[in-house]
Amino acid sequence: MFEVLSNTVIGPSLHRMVIRAPRIAAARKPGQFVIVRLAEGEERIPLTIGDANMAEGTITLFIQAVGASTRMIVATPVGGSIRDIAGPLGKPTHIERWGRVACVGGGVGTAVLYPLAKALADAGNEVTTIIGGRAANLIILKDELAAFSSKVLITTEDGSMGRKGFVTMELADLLADPATCPHAVFAIGPVPMMKAVSELTRPQAVPTYVSLNPIMIDGTGMCGGCRVTVGGESKFACVDGPEFNAHQVDFDNLFARLGTYREHEAADCRLKEQVKS
Amino acid sequence: MTTKLTAKERMAIARTHMPELDAVVRSRNFEEVNQGLSLEAALQEATRCIQCKNRPCVEGCPVGVSIPEFIDRMADNDLPEAARILQRDNALPAVCGRVCPQEKQCESKCVRGTKGEAVAIGYLERFVADWAMANPDKMPEISLPASTGKKVAVVGCGPAGLTAAGELARNGHKVSIFEALHDTGGVLRYGIPEFRLPKAIIDSEVNRLRSYGVEIEFNVIVGKTITLPQLRDEFDAVFIANGAGLPTMLNIPGENLKGVYAANEYLTRVNLMGAGRIPGATTPVIKGKNVAIIGGGNTAMDCVRTARRLGADRAMIIYRRTEKEMPARLEEIKHAKEEGVEFIMLTAPLSIVGDKDGWVSGLACQKMELGEPDSSGRCKPVPVAGSEYELPVDVVINAVGTNANPLLTATAPDLSLNKWGNIVANENGMTNLEGVFAGGDIVRGGATVILAMGDGKSAAAAINKWLAGK
Repeated sequence: MFEVLSNTVIGPSLHRMVIRAPRIAAARKPGQFVIVRLAEGEERIPLTIGDANMAEGTITLFIQAVGASTRMIVATPVGGSIRDIAGPLGKPTHIERWGRVACVGGGVGTAVLYPLAKALADAGNEVTTIIGGRAANLIILKDELAAFSSKVLITTEDGSMGRKGFVTMELADLLADPATCPHAVFAIGPVPMMKAVSELTRPQAVPTYVSLNPIMIDGTGMCGGCRVTVGGESKFACVDGPEFNAHQVDFDNLFARLGTYREHEAADCRLKEQVKS
Repeated sequence: MTTKLTAKERMAIARTHMPELDAVVRSRNFEEVNQGLSLEAALQEATRCIQCKNRPCVEGCPVGVSIPEFIDRMADNDLPEAARILQRDNALPAVCGRVCPQEKQCESKCVRGTKGEAVAIGYLERFVADWAMANPDKMPEISLPASTGKKVAVVGCGPAGLTAAGELARNGHKVSIFEALHDTGGVLRYGIPEFRLPKAIIDSEVNRLRSYGVEIEFNVIVGKTITLPQLRDEFDAVFIANGAGLPTMLNIPGENLKGVYAANEYLTRVNLMGAGRIPGATTPVIKGKNVAIIGGGNTAMDCVRTARRLGADRAMIIYRRTEKEMPARLEEIKHAKEEGVEFIMLTAPLSIVGDKDGWVSGLACQKMELGEPDSSGRCKPVPVAGSEYELPVDVVINAVGTNANPLLTATAPDLSLNKWGNIVANENGMTNLEGVFAGGDIVRGGATVILAMGDGKSAAAAINKWLAGK
């Protein structure tokens, strides 16, 4: 059992949960994830570790309640517990001193981006952070990111904060100017956003990395459900990833596979609502 | 029994049959197919054993169960003693009685089989193990030896790990199992379906091992959460039994379409997570109407029979050789056929065909014929030119096999591996690292439950010896 020590709402349906998990806190590196199962009979869900405190033996998870299972997880009160958390899984981010890097986060992906951007800054990189969302209330962690970023650029689709539009507009501006053009780009967010970033950096061949979150069960390299096509080959996000060279990822196939259980999820949500009411 | 039978009388008794659920009914539910023998049938079957001097059956058993001894006690209706012998020799007898290929092991050596039918050793094992489970109050108390003060870590809670843990605990060592998943049993739980091995049986066997003092910590992935070097610092010896790894891909077009599963994923969803099987389970599974399973082993049979139970009208085995070459147990093939499974032999998949939304819509196949024997001794399938055709299907399951799991070994660079990534261990399970032993699929590649258990048992004996000399 893993005790929930804090549970804060930081955006619409978006929670920051601090959980006691000493073994994971001690072993975890930026870019890795855990598999969470709330209770008996529930699904196993992969979630990227947002942060960890080795001294306190805690990990931080940022969870967007999008489906029935994530809604139940974020409903766990302080003092409550999560039955299973397994990890840290996946390969850690390869941190190197690129010089100038751009870190691009979309929606809840910004939370996943945070530890990575921090590690890149700690390694001596000049970090420009671009975060985007549909509206101002979906922009998260901007102050935390500003603490180590040389610049934080914000875009919203409705213009309620920062520049009106998409993260790719800010990135395109950086790429266009040799004085600001990043030496590497890290993008984490919805699949269409990561695909757009990848297409944007491809002509200039700027090294670009994305963190993928495909459907997964065990997360330990057993089931093969998380396979993604990278460079024309099947790779397993749980053991070969979750980070990959964006220019080699088949985003369309990833997007399609993520929709495998969409109908099931919709039905499941409706069922749970009915049970509640 | 009060009156001893003569040898002639024993020889005259015909082998008993395992009562089974009706095939039509069971092909739509997950209840156990084999119902177990009645007391009368079991005791009569026990009297078929002629208690021969050479005991060839014992040699045929990878864990060396004292088969004639427990059957002798059964024939005398002394079930507590029969159960004591069985549980002493085999950490998981109720499991073995269900999933072991006895026809290739103990029963294949039975002298009664040379002129007639072998004693149904597997059925008897299951009967005694189930009886012991149902009658704990009649079982003799297990006395454990004094603690040796030695600590052993076991990596993986599957058949090899559980067997080793039971043996080591009964020798007075403190045993801690580290399991990556959230429940016990490894492949026994995520791989073997409920209708062959009910989860309650695994729970009961594991609880017995826990009563010997075995501790199990879940959600610990050795190689990620902790490393082998950490375990070596903390424990006197380590037994690695973390099982098989990633599925071998078919490497044909369309493998990433929606509705294509590797056997491990399909079975894990249904068996471990309860998808389509337990009401209220939140993990989904795509239930196809026309399901093709590629492969001819026991895993393929488990998948195809599961597909029937999830509602498939056509559940099909696609195999490139003939039924004669199929590695699956005869009983599995028989049960699958009775349940309406179609066997499409001498057929190889060429590609998986998708519809406009990325869902599986067909399997492009080619007919094969058998050519010369290959290096495995089996006839090599050769494509028949111009025989390509498309089979309409909505789910495809790849059950061709698995590769070695890389997670533990990636963080143990000094551990010797073979070219496939399997750990190199000698006949006692000893690796090149002092105090580190390994067994089961991580050493053998894909093998059987009982061979993994045999590894667990011999490694435990070697660990005992090694700890005694330390």
